[in-house]
Amino acid sequence: MNFYDEIQKYNWEEVSEQIYTQSSADVKIALAKNRLELSDFQALISPAARPYLELMAQKSMQLTQKRFGKTIQFFIPLYLSNACTNTCVYCGFNHNNNFDRKILTKEEVIDEAKKISDLGFEHILLVTGEDNHRCGVSYIGEMMQVVKKYFSLVSIEVQPLKTEEYKELSKHGLNTVYVYQETYNETNYKKYHPTGRKSNYRYRLETPERLGEAGVHKIGLGCLLGLEDWRVDSFFTALHLQFLEKTYWKTKYSISFPRLRPHAGKYEPDHTTSQKDLLQLICAYRLFNEQVEISLTTRESPAFRDNMLKLGVTTFSAGSKTNPGGYAGGESLEQFSVNDDRSPQEIADMIKRNGYEVVWKDWDSFMQL
Amino acid sequence: MQNLALGDKIFKSRLFIGTGKFSSNDLMEQAVREAGSELVTVALKRVDITDKGDDMLKHLTIPGVNLLPNTSGVRTAKEAVFAAQLAREALETDWLKLEIHPDPKYLLPDGEETLAAVKQLVKLGFKVLPYVQADPVLCKKLEEAGTAAVMPLGSPIGSNNGLRTLDFLKIIIEQSNVPVVVDAGIGAPSDAARAMEIGADAVLVNTAIAVSPDPVQMARAFRLAVEAGRLAFEAKLAGKSVEALASSPLTSFLDELE
Repeated sequence: MNFYDEIQKYNWEEVSEQIYTQSSADVKIALAKNRLELSDFQALISPAARPYLELMAQKSMQLTQKRFGKTIQFFIPLYLSNACTNTCVYCGFNHNNNFDRKILTKEEVIDEAKKISDLGFEHILLVTGEDNHRCGVSYIGEMMQVVKKYFSLVSIEVQPLKTEEYKELSKHGLNTVYVYQETYNETNYKKYHPTGRKSNYRYRLETPERLGEAGVHKIGLGCLLGLEDWRVDSFFTALHLQFLEKTYWKTKYSISFPRLRPHAGKYEPDHTTSQKDLLQLICAYRLFNEQVEISLTTRESPAFRDNMLKLGVTTFSAGSKTNPGGYAGGESLEQFSVNDDRSPQEIADMIKRNGYEVVWKDWDSFMQL
Repeated sequence: MQNLALGDKIFKSRLFIGTGKFSSNDLMEQAVREAGSELVTVALKRVDITDKGDDMLKHLTIPGVNLLPNTSGVRTAKEAVFAAQLAREALETDWLKLEIHPDPKYLLPDGEETLAAVKQLVKLGFKVLPYVQADPVLCKKLEEAGTAAVMPLGSPIGSNNGLRTLDFLKIIIEQSNVPVVVDAGIGAPSDAARAMEIGADAVLVNTAIAVSPDPVQMARAFRLAVEAGRLAFEAKLAGKSVEALASSPLTSFLDELE
């Protein structure tokens, strides 16, 4: 059984109908349960759950503290390249956007790594666009070798790769791979990803299964909020998570719900997602799955992040630059503009003032052979 | 209260503390002190073992408190043995809490890999305290392989669900020739007291203290509960009497037959 077959059992419109017809009684049943099913999750993300946000937030905080303690983990992205052969309509790196592409050299990556390490980070996320000729798997592997001297955990967010390639990168110390489906709506997927390898919905959808096969420690899932109705897309993310947890039970999972941010290009989202929506979504997820990691990045505003830090979130990025060479002060096109531009130390101080501890390090390269 | 002999050490306190999930290292240190604990476990993945100035390790450098590094995060015996050797070198202790959980969701221990790792680690001279299911047969095998103690779980780690494995814990305690430390799931001081009353040699507590709104006071509550439970065990609980229920005695016919 693969997830592509599984998802065929569901119809987008029917799922939408199910969510929008949930009642207040359904929400109350879901809130009273300790072990939630997908139908309960539908109730919690439905409009009927709106009057219960305070209760959901209280429960979410309690469950998150039980599992993760009073802590927030930190990570930071390091953009290796903004070269890309895809034409995703919502992304600054869109191949059709005319700008000078930047691919960091080994020396430039070392520069970035040192700057980031000086800020105290131990968890690094390497990011690229998709350009298999100029920054394919051998480039990524080489850069991973370079940065692993400076950090205890190395993650990537790059183009989908083959199982064998993930296995190869794991030998170089790869721990986590983030691969967001963007949207689970197969019909409209093509509209947002018209050309390039990313236009292949199924290949992207099956990436987490290849990661599971390859034995990668942690997989980050999610969808991009703004493309389609967040309620329906987040339901399919939950379905995906549940499928993967049962199949690849040795893998850890993390989810993230990036909201579209201003970027180079003209695309404006059809479906807006408010902060209230995002709060509802995060709390609903925590009630549905007590163990999944949930990250909230610098795409969100300082005020929102400060208030959300106890309500279900486990992981923050901080001090992020979304352009290659950004930490060493280089000028190049960014993927999107960040919303929380405070320094990592400022954010760490805020977390401390809220009675939480920042976890800079929660892994070590010697833990995985 | 009797002292606890474990490995090559003698402990006055029978309350071991886990150090994750605290809202600050300061608070963690205060809780450890208030608990009177002499053995604290620390996840190798959380600390920089090569850095003497590591903040967490600094806060755990308390006179009379021994460090028990744990391998949380490893998925196989091979990874555990490798991590253990690095830890011993860097932290200068051959004590090890062995945790092998290939399942990152419920963090349930892998008995097969744990037994394989114990066999190697014992040969390498480690004092191993393995975290395991409340599986009496596995605990006997671990004892035969030379562990310093066994650490069966009360319920899933972090669940605060108490002693859901009570029947199996009783069998383990009855059969064991090494100390039995009930680990994981202890959610309230009453759970800790219960574990001690049934004869556990010690308990290990983390979440219930760390996540309490007042971890320091909760640490004290656990200290008192562990002492109370142990004292009760040593004093021996009075047997529970069963009152006769039947109004016509079932055995009175014997008199008539005489």
